[in-house]
Amino acid sequence: FTKRKLDAAMLDELEEVLIRADLGVATATHIAGLVGKGRYDKSIEVDEVKTILAEEVERVLAPYARPLEIDPAIKPFVILVVGVNGSGKTTTIGKLAAQFSQEGRKVLLAAGDTFRAAAIEQLRLWGDRLNCAVIAGNQGSDASALAFDAIRAARESGADILIMDTAGRLQNRAELMAELEKIVRVMKKVEPAAPHAVLLVLDATVGQNAVSQTEIFSKVAGVTGLVMTKLDGTARGGILVALAEKFQLPIHYVGVGETAADLAPFAARDFARAIAGLDETDAPRH
Amino acid sequence: MFEGLSEKLSSIFDSLTRRGALSEEDVNLALREVRRALLEADVALDVVRSFVDKVRARAIGANVVKSVTPGQMVVKIVNDVLIETLGSDADPINLDAAAPVAIMMVGLQGAGKTTTAAKIAKRLKEQMGRKVLMASLDVKRPAAQEQLAVLGRQVGVDTLPIVAGQTPVQIAVRAEQAGRLQGYDVVLFDTAGRTHIDEALMQEMVEIKAASRPHEILLVADSLTGQDAVHLAKNFDDRVGITGIVLTRVDGDGRGGAALSMRAVTGKPIKLLGSGEKMDALEDFHPSRIANRILGM
Ligand SMILES: Nc1nc2c(ncn2[C@@H]2O[C@H](COP(=O)(O)OP(=O)(O)OP(=O)(O)O)[C@@H](O)[C@H]2O)c(=O)[nH]1
Ligand SMILES: Nc1nc2c(ncn2[C@@H]2O[C@H](COP(=O)(O)OP(=O)(O)OP(=O)(O)O)[C@@H](O)[C@H]2O)c(=O)[nH]1
Ligand SMILES: [K+]
Ligand SMILES: [Mg+2]
Ligand SMILES: [Mg+2]
Repeated sequence: FTKRKLDAAMLDELEEVLIRADLGVATATHIAGLVGKGRYDKSIEVDEVKTILAEEVERVLAPYARPLEIDPAIKPFVILVVGVNGSGKTTTIGKLAAQFSQEGRKVLLAAGDTFRAAAIEQLRLWGDRLNCAVIAGNQGSDASALAFDAIRAARESGADILIMDTAGRLQNRAELMAELEKIVRVMKKVEPAAPHAVLLVLDATVGQNAVSQTEIFSKVAGVTGLVMTKLDGTARGGILVALAEKFQLPIHYVGVGETAADLAPFAARDFARAIAGLDETDAPRH
Repeated sequence: MFEGLSEKLSSIFDSLTRRGALSEEDVNLALREVRRALLEADVALDVVRSFVDKVRARAIGANVVKSVTPGQMVVKIVNDVLIETLGSDADPINLDAAAPVAIMMVGLQGAGKTTTAAKIAKRLKEQMGRKVLMASLDVKRPAAQEQLAVLGRQVGVDTLPIVAGQTPVQIAVRAEQAGRLQGYDVVLFDTAGRTHIDEALMQEMVEIKAASRPHEILLVADSLTGQDAVHLAKNFDDRVGITGIVLTRVDGDGRGGAALSMRAVTGKPIKLLGSGEKMDALEDFHPSRIANRILGM
């Protein structure tokens, strides 16, 4: 093993590892600083540095690695899924439905994306695949009206969980965000405690804009937890580190592919090690 | 939300009232802020580095004219280099080939390929009077082919009839034949989203290219992409040789640094911008607009 002095140059290198993983400059500087604390000017094994870096990242994330808990006393437990266009909402709903069905819960899906071409059909096909009922309106119809009907239908059919899809929308598009606010408002009319969970789906390839996404979706729709998709690519999704402390939101799941099985609980350690450039197995790279 | 680079630089230079040539020391101080601004705008780290070197070389010793402050001078140099790197002017879709001209859309999952294909088809039909056929080669995403068919009906452009059970290459061959035999001017091939490290799907894309012989291969990418932009652009370009880039979701409030990253790493022009979900939300690329946005001005 080669040893090096932990000096300013090494801290810069660590900061760069983090910037490349999309943590953003401020968070990267902060975490690199934590690695340097108490170790500055000391001799250190090069491989060990990355492990320490991963540990510091893990320390930030660990409190937020919390599963989505479905309270069995609440029936139907209503989950609303929101996010920008193409982030993976509909696919994540398919994956969640698969998981809940496997656990023996009765799931109803609501095709709340009444805007995008064939979005309803996409959710229907997931429903067919999983043997889950899907409630839908017509393309172009009012999504909040569907929210109303869906909660009633879930009650009547005795569903344990209702998951509602929504159209993708950019958070700076005020008119579209107002529509989302209305969906939540209408849900509360039928069931004051609904939605019981609001999941924001974030694409791991997105950079610093995820901060603004989380901020505005939280404000408008009351996000209760995060899901990060597309971690099977090369993007590391490090923006989660910045989001965790800023918004204190639990991170429930990660998406690692396009099939029903490609949903995993968020594991702070694995995630942190990937950010630091360490393999999931313990073999250090290079 | 973001403080513009020019404000930051002028506050740095406020203390320096000197005139004349920019010193190395002044420039280095300013470039630290430039580096930070570019990284906050999601420009990839290696691209930032070579960009900053270029600006440094041009700025040191540059004469500050009377009418501007040193801060404004550096901003001007940064802006000039940005625009040069982004490419000087709008570079339209090239249809200069024997009909039917094939255009292939590629990119990561959810980037906006299908939507952009329909927008381009609409534009070619309405503004250039071309007879266009669209074909979806996405047999993977549930209802992907149906999505393109619906969009085709919306914009009044034909789509290749859906035949269940065909592979993407088989569909490509059928679309090429239909394009030729039925007198289409342009055939647009929409492909499934793929991560650039999925070897099987990257290989499939190469085979689709061989079957469809596209004149244009457009990489469709999200303008909100972070540091990964360089890898994805480079990998797609290495495998199929893209001819241009389309950046989607510029209607967002992102800083769009991915534009610079992808342009710098591939050298391929940014041809079009997607600025909304609707079918007419397609714009020509103008480097100055993206440059201003990256700099937060
Ligand atoms: N590789 C990979 N692809 C994913 C993942 N999650 C979703 N996708 C793909 O990303 C694309 C977009 O997913 P959708 O579920 O349609 O996204 P959406 O957020 O519902 O999109 P809109 O409704 O159009 O806003 C599809 O091609 C999915 O198959 C993931 O974890 N990994
Ligand atoms: N706001 C905005 N949304 C866009 C833009 N372009 C596409 N979209 C939306 O992004 C989402 C994904 O678009 P698609 O065209 O389905 O993306 P794709 O690349 O074909 O996705 P896959 O086939 O699943 O890989 C849809 O909700 C589109 O409406 C754009 O420029 N701005
Ligand atoms: K995306
Ligand atoms: Mg969807
Ligand atoms: Mg598509």
